[in-house]
Amino acid sequence: MRSHTLLRGTAAAAVAAFLLVGCSPASAPSPSASGSAAPSEPTEPITLTVSVFNEMGYEGLVGEYTKLHPNVTVKLDRAATSDEAREKYMSGIAAGSGMADVAAVEVDWLPEIMESADALTDLTDPEVEGRWLDWKVAQATTADGKLVGYGTDIGPEGVCYRADLFEKAGLPTDRDEVAKALGSTWDDYFALGKQFSAKSDGVGWYDSADAIFQGMVNQVANPFSSTMPEETLIPLDQNTEIKAIYDKIMQSSADGLSAHLQQWQPDWQNAFQNNGFATMLCPGWMLGVIEGNAKGVEGWDIAPTFPGGGGNWGGSFMTVPSQGKNIDAAKELAKWLTAPEQQIAAFKAKGTFPSQVEALTSQDLLSVTNAFFNDAPTGQILADRAKAVTVVPFKGPNYFAYRAAISNAINRVDVDKTDTPEESWATAVSDVSALG
Amino acid sequence: MSAPSAVTAPPSPPPQPAQRAAWRSSLSQLDVRTAPYVYIAPFFLLFALVGLFPLVYTAYVSVHEWGLITGDQGFAGLANYAYVLNQPRFWQAMGNTFSIFLLSSVPQLILAIFIAAVLDANLRAKTFWRMGVLVPYVVAPVAVGLIFNQMFADQSGFVNAVLTSLGLPPVGWHAESFASHVAIATMVNFRWTGYNALILLAAMQAIPRDVIEAAVVDGASRLRTFFSITIPMLRPTLIFVIITSTIGGLQIFDEPRMFDQIGLGGNDRQWMTITMYMYELGWGSQRDFGRASAVAWILFLVIITFALLNFWLTSRIASSGSATTGASRLMRKTKGGKR
Repeated sequence: MRSHTLLRGTAAAAVAAFLLVGCSPASAPSPSASGSAAPSEPTEPITLTVSVFNEMGYEGLVGEYTKLHPNVTVKLDRAATSDEAREKYMSGIAAGSGMADVAAVEVDWLPEIMESADALTDLTDPEVEGRWLDWKVAQATTADGKLVGYGTDIGPEGVCYRADLFEKAGLPTDRDEVAKALGSTWDDYFALGKQFSAKSDGVGWYDSADAIFQGMVNQVANPFSSTMPEETLIPLDQNTEIKAIYDKIMQSSADGLSAHLQQWQPDWQNAFQNNGFATMLCPGWMLGVIEGNAKGVEGWDIAPTFPGGGGNWGGSFMTVPSQGKNIDAAKELAKWLTAPEQQIAAFKAKGTFPSQVEALTSQDLLSVTNAFFNDAPTGQILADRAKAVTVVPFKGPNYFAYRAAISNAINRVDVDKTDTPEESWATAVSDVSALG
Repeated sequence: MSAPSAVTAPPSPPPQPAQRAAWRSSLSQLDVRTAPYVYIAPFFLLFALVGLFPLVYTAYVSVHEWGLITGDQGFAGLANYAYVLNQPRFWQAMGNTFSIFLLSSVPQLILAIFIAAVLDANLRAKTFWRMGVLVPYVVAPVAVGLIFNQMFADQSGFVNAVLTSLGLPPVGWHAESFASHVAIATMVNFRWTGYNALILLAAMQAIPRDVIEAAVVDGASRLRTFFSITIPMLRPTLIFVIITSTIGGLQIFDEPRMFDQIGLGGNDRQWMTITMYMYELGWGSQRDFGRASAVAWILFLVIITFALLNFWLTSRIASSGSATTGASRLMRKTKGGKR
């Protein structure tokens, strides 16, 4: 930014809205198919772009689609992060052009784009009814019954733990026995933590207080706001449910259960290498993250349980923006990409866990084991964890910002140690009230 | 800009009608007058398109209620400005920006002048040293951010490891506000000191050697020569460097954004700068272009104010009190060039 000229910097908002859009690849112009052809099968060669982010595991599937549909060439446009994808998506919707024909959306910012559902194609289709878990479909359905996205993956959570550290502290190490010892509620989880830290010199029970909050808040139906159609925020100082969770977590942190880390920061990544903590809440996609950070560390395993019932963290959808030129063909492609077979292939490639009912009982998926996690049957465990999910929080357009304010509050106490829990809560209350 | 004049018209052709000569003459007159503007026009046309238009348009957006996706929601008057100016986070961001700006610009300039003076001396392998100071500038800011982020990690970072091995307490680089500013300023200084040093070096080499020699003959010490001749004669360059670092420093974004993985400026916004605040309002939590544009315009005005202020200050500091360029006059002054 330093070398930019004065004016470019100050006008960033306007420039980004109007110029960046011009830079993002538009779908290749296609000859307009004359009306006689079947709507979904183009008669002339067309190119469809699919915008994805992170690792969604579709690289190998693109060529396969062209084999099935010789007239369709599929091009992947991959953004490095979900944030980057979100920015492009928003700019594209705002400008009314420049978006991919099929565009991936992460569940965290799905509520924001649902506000402009008019710009998206209604994907309701009898053919796909019952394809996904009910709560997955509900997340992408508007108040008036419009389905804006086909589910790709989900993040059913288990508890990952270090069997070697458990053994040193005199706790069970076998994954089923660990699951039993962890009990069924968050109180049980914290109680076992106290038992653990009494016998382990300074090793954290969990990595980050904020990650625990993520786990707990995902089991509350209306954490921050009332339900559709209009999002009404609950002022934080009146939000007793969240305050109770906050207090419980702060107590556990004060009890010495926390490793005082913040997820994704270098300290957190390095702690995997020096026995920083013994357990972690882990959605399916986290297994790959742990394996990457804990390279060379032995003892990781996954317990088939989750405190307080099931929990889901993350997941994505495929949408079809209605500004595209080949909406029908794009919808067909989105439908194919999110079919159980393709999603299982993506799971095998990159570990994104399928959201399709049929995939959860597929032998292909259930037989998957993970060598790094002591050969745990991760396919089976995660499928069971997905079925245990009963509550999925309502996320309005302000969910992300509200959540961030509390995240910051927890980290100020747990990681930075600059505030007391009460001071930090007061700041969060004022941050949330600024959202209006 | 060669200017063919009617007087030196080619002599070879036979006498021409007087009318035609007059026509030619006025054409070339026109050429002389307008050509420079035509040559420079592309820049200004481009500037109008990518500079002036967004600037004016941002002002237009800032007085409207304007969502990232939802677009124009109607005229809002100065409500966006009022909202922004009433936010404690805005003032916090302003404070952080100035703190980081001062922590980076001041040591950076002093160091750059010093390095330039050293490079100006008779060194072996001059080009090697001169290119060497520019190497950090070549490293991408994001890479610098990643490296420094590791080095300044609170628990497992290199810097804290050194501190504790010296028996000092570790510093909460990502927890304490001032510490985080120091860390970010270090990143900025790492990248920009060499760049500024080279600019100042070029200016130093343009100082006539005989002036310095005259001073030495008059018995001035090296230090005295440096402060009484070199610094005052660097004045135009210093003004340029200070104004560009003011503009850049107040717009600082990359380094603080890369200082942690989340990029919001810390859990208590310890190192959130004004551009980061603008980004958060526009693309982050609120998706509100109206408010973000208001911040952009406030920042624009602040930068103009400070650039002018620095211009004025620099003119006073670096000049010897008179507009003269004669070095001998400078030498005669008793207080000449004192900072």
